[in-house]
Amino acid sequence: MRTRIVPLRTAIAELVHDGDTVALEGFTHLIPMAAGHEVMRQGRRDLTLVRMTPDIVYDQLIGAGCARKLVFSWGGNPGVGSLHRFRDAIQNAWPEPLEIEEHSHAGLANRYVAAASGLPFAVMRGYRGTDLPEHTATIAPITCPFTGEQLTAVPALELDVAIVHAQRADREGNVQMWGLTGVQKEAVLAAKRSLVTVEEIVDELEPRPNAVVLPNWVVTLVAEVPNGAHPSYAHDYYERDNAYYREWDAISNDRNVFSAWLAELREGARAPA
Amino acid sequence: MMTVAAARALPDGAACFVGIGLPSKAANLARRTHAPDLVLIYEAGAIGAKPGRLPMSIGDGVLAETADSVVSVPEVFNYWLQPGRIAIGFLGAAQIDRFANINTTVIGPDYDHPKVRLPGAGGAPEIAASCGEVVVIVRQTTRSFVEKVDFVTSVGYGSGPGDRERLGLRGRGPVRVITDLGVLEPDPETCELTLTAVHPGVDAEQARAETGWELTVAGELRTSPEPTTEELEALRELEASVLPA
Repeated sequence: MRTRIVPLRTAIAELVHDGDTVALEGFTHLIPMAAGHEVMRQGRRDLTLVRMTPDIVYDQLIGAGCARKLVFSWGGNPGVGSLHRFRDAIQNAWPEPLEIEEHSHAGLANRYVAAASGLPFAVMRGYRGTDLPEHTATIAPITCPFTGEQLTAVPALELDVAIVHAQRADREGNVQMWGLTGVQKEAVLAAKRSLVTVEEIVDELEPRPNAVVLPNWVVTLVAEVPNGAHPSYAHDYYERDNAYYREWDAISNDRNVFSAWLAELREGARAPA
Repeated sequence: MMTVAAARALPDGAACFVGIGLPSKAANLARRTHAPDLVLIYEAGAIGAKPGRLPMSIGDGVLAETADSVVSVPEVFNYWLQPGRIAIGFLGAAQIDRFANINTTVIGPDYDHPKVRLPGAGGAPEIAASCGEVVVIVRQTTRSFVEKVDFVTSVGYGSGPGDRERLGLRGRGPVRVITDLGVLEPDPETCELTLTAVHPGVDAEQARAETGWELTVAGELRTSPEPTTEELEALRELEASVLPA
């Protein structure tokens, strides 16, 4: 089935439902910020949000009360410090309690790989001796059937929806992304439904070194959203807006300032600066 | 001085898994001074990055532009880190204890109701387990240097000798902890972190006062050599190279 190219609002309305397990992936680069903002505007609730590196768009989604649970491996504002909405939710249950399921990067990456591979779990060396298995039910010891070695198993990450951002797609909905592409291919292949927002739709995808191509038959919807990764960056399109990450520290550090920011976001078509 | 001392701990030509913040700054300083062939590996997927300026985050675009190879995140952990291909892991910490176990998860005894929620594990647990050896860089205060960490995010020497072997951790573990006051190394017998060097102008008493356990001081306490003009110039250049906001 060929990918449909639709407006962002339609894509979120069609793919993301209350209570879904959703990953908006991106490892510092190509973070689907605009898609996250549309989820907030449409007021989705009770989501299980998944992300290796939840940063400011997850801070916003948590502060907006969209999430019931967070599955993650590192939650911070890269290069700046803490995520205040994330902290406030865990430490003070504001705006509501947030359940967490915590992994290491290697563990969560392998959960995506297992799901993308159609396996029930992945096996790895990891977690042994740490306090993480005591608090995270999705980490379990396993014995190698061939050598008897003690290893660690993590279950496949079953996603309802994966949302990623890419540089471009063609008119048939084939997607191309390059630079640091993180775990985005695995996230799309792990999910029942997927949305790729792109900087631009082009007639033809010119080959790029090191590019990841997602053929249109594994992508559900594509939406053209120029600047859709701002304030993160899109390699060869725009740079990271480091000042915005610093400003977010002040906006998010106060519930009232954050609430005003959120009200402005919900009223406008664009994210407030 | 801490950054300079940490940079000196990285031998030229080694492959080094670099966390953001102080480790990244020190590793880039090493590349600009005594270790031009240091191989920098960032968890976002840059293998052999050669940034001309100090990266702002582990996924800074300059890392991909200058890397020998750009790979996916699962590949970084499964193909590069897990088999033990990377000689040195370079980590920061919120808390570190007597046996060099690291906490970057929660402060306080109750995981479900933490006093302070920290960012979490990131790549650190497997870096600490699988790199050939680990260097830790952290400021030394009684808040960060504790008898026992509130949460073991990454294993140093567990509860003492033999624990790493028992757990099947294949790297040697932390061989050096570099602070703003000096350098600590694990005692070969007890695995306990011991003060082996102080930076110029610091004495052992100051280091003991900033440590939350009864700190053992090595019989022959060294003093770190003063930073050279070359090191200081390279550090200034590096700090000036951060992108303007």
